[in-house]
Order: sequence, then C-alpha cells, then structure tokens
Amino acid sequence: MSNLNVDFGGVKFKNPIVLASGTCGFGTDLDDLFGLDKLGGISSKGLTLNARAGNDGIRIWETPAGIMNSVGLENPGVDGFIEKYLDFINSKDTVNIVNLSGHSTDDYLYGIEKLNKVKLDIIELNISCPNVKEGGMGFGVKTEIARKLVKEVRSICEHKLIVKLSPNAEDIVDLAKMCEEEGADGISLVNTFLAMAIDIKKKKSVFENGYAGLSGPAIKPIALRMTHQVAKAVDIPVMGMGGISTWQDAVEFLMAGAKAIQIGTASFTNPGIALDIIEGLDKYLDSQGLESVEDIIGIV
Amino acid sequence: MGNIIYNKKLTDEYYLIKIQQKNDAKMGQFCMLRAWDNDPLLSRPLSIYDRDASSLTFLYKVIGKGTEIMSKLKEGDDIICQGPYGSSFPEVKGKIAMIGGGVGIAPLYYAAKEVSKESETEIDMFFSLRGVEILREELTEVSDHLTLKTNERVVSLVDYDQYDYIFTCGPDSLMQDVYKNAKGKKATVYASLERRMACGMGICYVCTCKTEDGNKLTCKDGPVFLASEVFKDE
Repeated sequence: MSNLNVDFGGVKFKNPIVLASGTCGFGTDLDDLFGLDKLGGISSKGLTLNARAGNDGIRIWETPAGIMNSVGLENPGVDGFIEKYLDFINSKDTVNIVNLSGHSTDDYLYGIEKLNKVKLDIIELNISCPNVKEGGMGFGVKTEIARKLVKEVRSICEHKLIVKLSPNAEDIVDLAKMCEEEGADGISLVNTFLAMAIDIKKKKSVFENGYAGLSGPAIKPIALRMTHQVAKAVDIPVMGMGGISTWQDAVEFLMAGAKAIQIGTASFTNPGIALDIIEGLDKYLDSQGLESVEDIIGIV
Repeated sequence: MGNIIYNKKLTDEYYLIKIQQKNDAKMGQFCMLRAWDNDPLLSRPLSIYDRDASSLTFLYKVIGKGTEIMSKLKEGDDIICQGPYGSSFPEVKGKIAMIGGGVGIAPLYYAAKEVSKESETEIDMFFSLRGVEILREELTEVSDHLTLKTNERVVSLVDYDQYDYIFTCGPDSLMQDVYKNAKGKKATVYASLERRMACGMGICYVCTCKTEDGNKLTCKDGPVFLASEVFKDE
C-alpha cells in the first residue's frame, strides 16, 4: 500500500482521484454504489445562481471513443444545491468541490456570495462550459476577459478557488498563468472540446445549440498535452482530466504534472471506475517500489 | 465460458438475447449492456423482456453500431450487463390493456407474464410492428386476447372504456395517442419511455423528460411513469 495522499494547494486529498463535474450528479447515486468516502474528492454538477432546466433536443451523441453532450447545465441552482445536497456531501469523508458557472459576472459573484456562507472545501470556477448560450465558456476563451472575472471572483471568494479551463481557450497556458497571477489556488483542465455532429437526413446539426462538448478517450492525448503544458508553466497545483478511463491514463496525467485527476465520461460506462483506478494506481506504485504518489507527479 | 445462454435471431431486425445473471428485476426495469470496448463508447439501455432469478432476457432491434455488434454474439460469449435500473410497472389486478409497438413489446411481455399470475386479471394486448411479426406464440400465452398487427396502427382498435389499467410502451407518438384516447375514462395509464441515455443510473442528466413537476430522469425516475405526468393534454 503506497501513500496516495496529495496536498492540493493546502487541501488534503486521501488520494488524487476526483469525480468530474457533470458526470456524477451530486454523488448520491455513486455513494449508494460504492461509498464516496473512498474517493479523493467529488466535483458537483455545474451550478448556476438560478436553477436551470438545461437544453432541449438531443443531449448526447456518440463518436468513436467519445461522446458529445449538450446537457446545458441542468441544475437546481445554488440555493437548491445548498438545501438538498450540501450537507450530504459534507457528511462524506471526501473533498467537497463545488463547481460554479454563470451567465454573467453578477451571476458568478452572487453565487460566490451565497457559497461564502456555507461549508465546502473548494470552489471550481467553471469558465468553460460550452453548452450555454450566454456565459460559461464565453468567459474562458480570451485571457483578458477571463481575467476580469477571475479577479472579481477572487476578491470576494472566501473559499479555496480553482479555475476550470476550456481547451477551446485561445491560449490555455496564458490563461492558466493569468489565473495564478490573479490568486487562484489551483487549475483544473480540461473541460470538453467544442464539437459538432450533423444529421444528414435532416440536413442540420444534431444539437439544438448547434455545437456540443466532446469528451471521452478520444480527447485524452490532447488533454494530456495541455495538462503537461500548463503544469510546467504555473506553480499552483493542477488537476488534470480529459478522457481518463484506466489507471494507466491516470498515471500519465500524474506524470505530466497533475497533482490530482478527475474522472468524467468513464463513469458513464463503468460507474465503479474510480475505485478501479485508485486500486490500479496503488498497485503500480507498489510494483515500482515507490512509497508515495508524489514520486511520480510531474516527472515527465 | 461467457454469460450468454443464447442470442436468437427472430427476424432480420429482431433478436432475443438471454444471459446468465442473478437478479431481482421488476417488470418495466432495464439494464445497460455492452460487449465492446470504446466504440461505441456507451452501453445500450434495453428493457427486460423476461427473467428468472438467475437469468435475464432482452428483446432488441438492430439499429446502430452497438446492436449490430450484439447481433453477432454467440452462446458462451461475454456481455457486460449493469442494472437492473429504473422504476417498474405497478402490480395491479383487473382488466388491463397493454398497447405498444416495436421493441416496446419487451417490457409489456414481462409485465403481462407477471400480472397474469393474478387470477382476477384479464389482459388484452395490442401490438403493432413494421415488416414482419414476432413472438405471436409467446404473447398469446401471457394474454387473454392478442391483437398483433404488422404495418397497421393498433391504437384505434382499443375500446378504452373497458379497462382498469393501461400499460403502454412504444414510440412517443403512439403513447401520446393512447393517453389522449384514454383521457377521461376510468383506466390509469402507465407509460414506459425511451430516451437516449449515457449512464442509465442518474448521473449524466442526458435522458431528462419534461413533466408537470419539472424535469425528471427517464433512467431513474422512470422509465415507467404515470402517463399523465409525461404526456400533455392536447
């Protein structure tokens, strides 16, 4: 048994395996299945200030080794989350990451104000959701637009703050450096890639929004490259994700410099995958004669 | 030796696959099946057509890549089956109509088999299929009257005044018509919905359906709903 603990910007994780926002609801179903206490952390479904019903039309479409989703941040709103799910997640021995998105700067700021009043471990600022018409990824493509938001959020946010970056950013390394300059405690990357599918019978996009977000094994090599570039460029810790579906994938992201990793799409095909990855990582470290997971972080 | 007991071709399109798996599934529930690695990426949600304590049988129609791969599986091959998931049809007595089309036959066959164990129950089945008919013998066994049509709608052949309960599963348009025709009559209508799914267990939020109470998850709150929750009065 190796030591899987990691210190992520002052927050202690029992292992570096975190469930990604939007792929685990609020943890209730997976807790029934295997117990959230076993995980390093869990990132909530992306919240917006007010509840959202999400997008109409087709929300999921497959492509070889990937899926495109257009869920559109269906969520109960910050108040609904606090009322229905916050105590539940806090009752679990796992890091409680609350993912917050918004349609406008005010949305984000009001959301932060509400979350300042409650107990949680980390806020993951989502400036990378590609599936909403206003806001979301709109804040996370150009560094200087993102800077204004991150600066304002940081100035009022009393919790640990990490910023979740979009692979659709003009310059993701630049964006990450900006987050560090503005006082973020960490970075998570990547959200989904803006993608498209066309229904050739109907002669139009499959998605009502036109585009959707691509995730799954198909994006892993690019996500890994971006994680590597960002981890080399900043001193704050990085949480890597994008198509991780085996323990070997997780090891790659850790070696690339991620201090923790998030598992997303893979939970849809195997809801217990997070535990398999924790076990695989542990055995790998043992087999290499390594005492701690920290020994492989950023070695490439 | 894998868990597939048989994978029987019924027609060019329809197959019945029986697998070994301990379960306590209820009528109307479904499982997520996969026999492939990353392409397609997702598992396929299939309603339970039949079961006993150690096996599950699914009726499927070959439509895309996943069901194409499934259709080539043989006895002794392996298939991963997660579940059962979702809500179920209620255990009821009385006069019941089961109305459906295509693979919508699947959950209704098992529901009829279960419900018909009650002595005070009478079941009339109305099914429509495109092309070639399937499972006439099996459906006859679990029903009192069977109307099985090909290339013909059955919704208008039902006398809606007669029934205490109606179970329906098929295309949304068929179920909407059933709901509309039964409106104002004594029958309580339950509908089993089909939606694109990713996880099957409530974590991905792609299979939502709109109800009077806001969005619900077809996989977890459904697939069986009171029809009045999910279909609109037109």
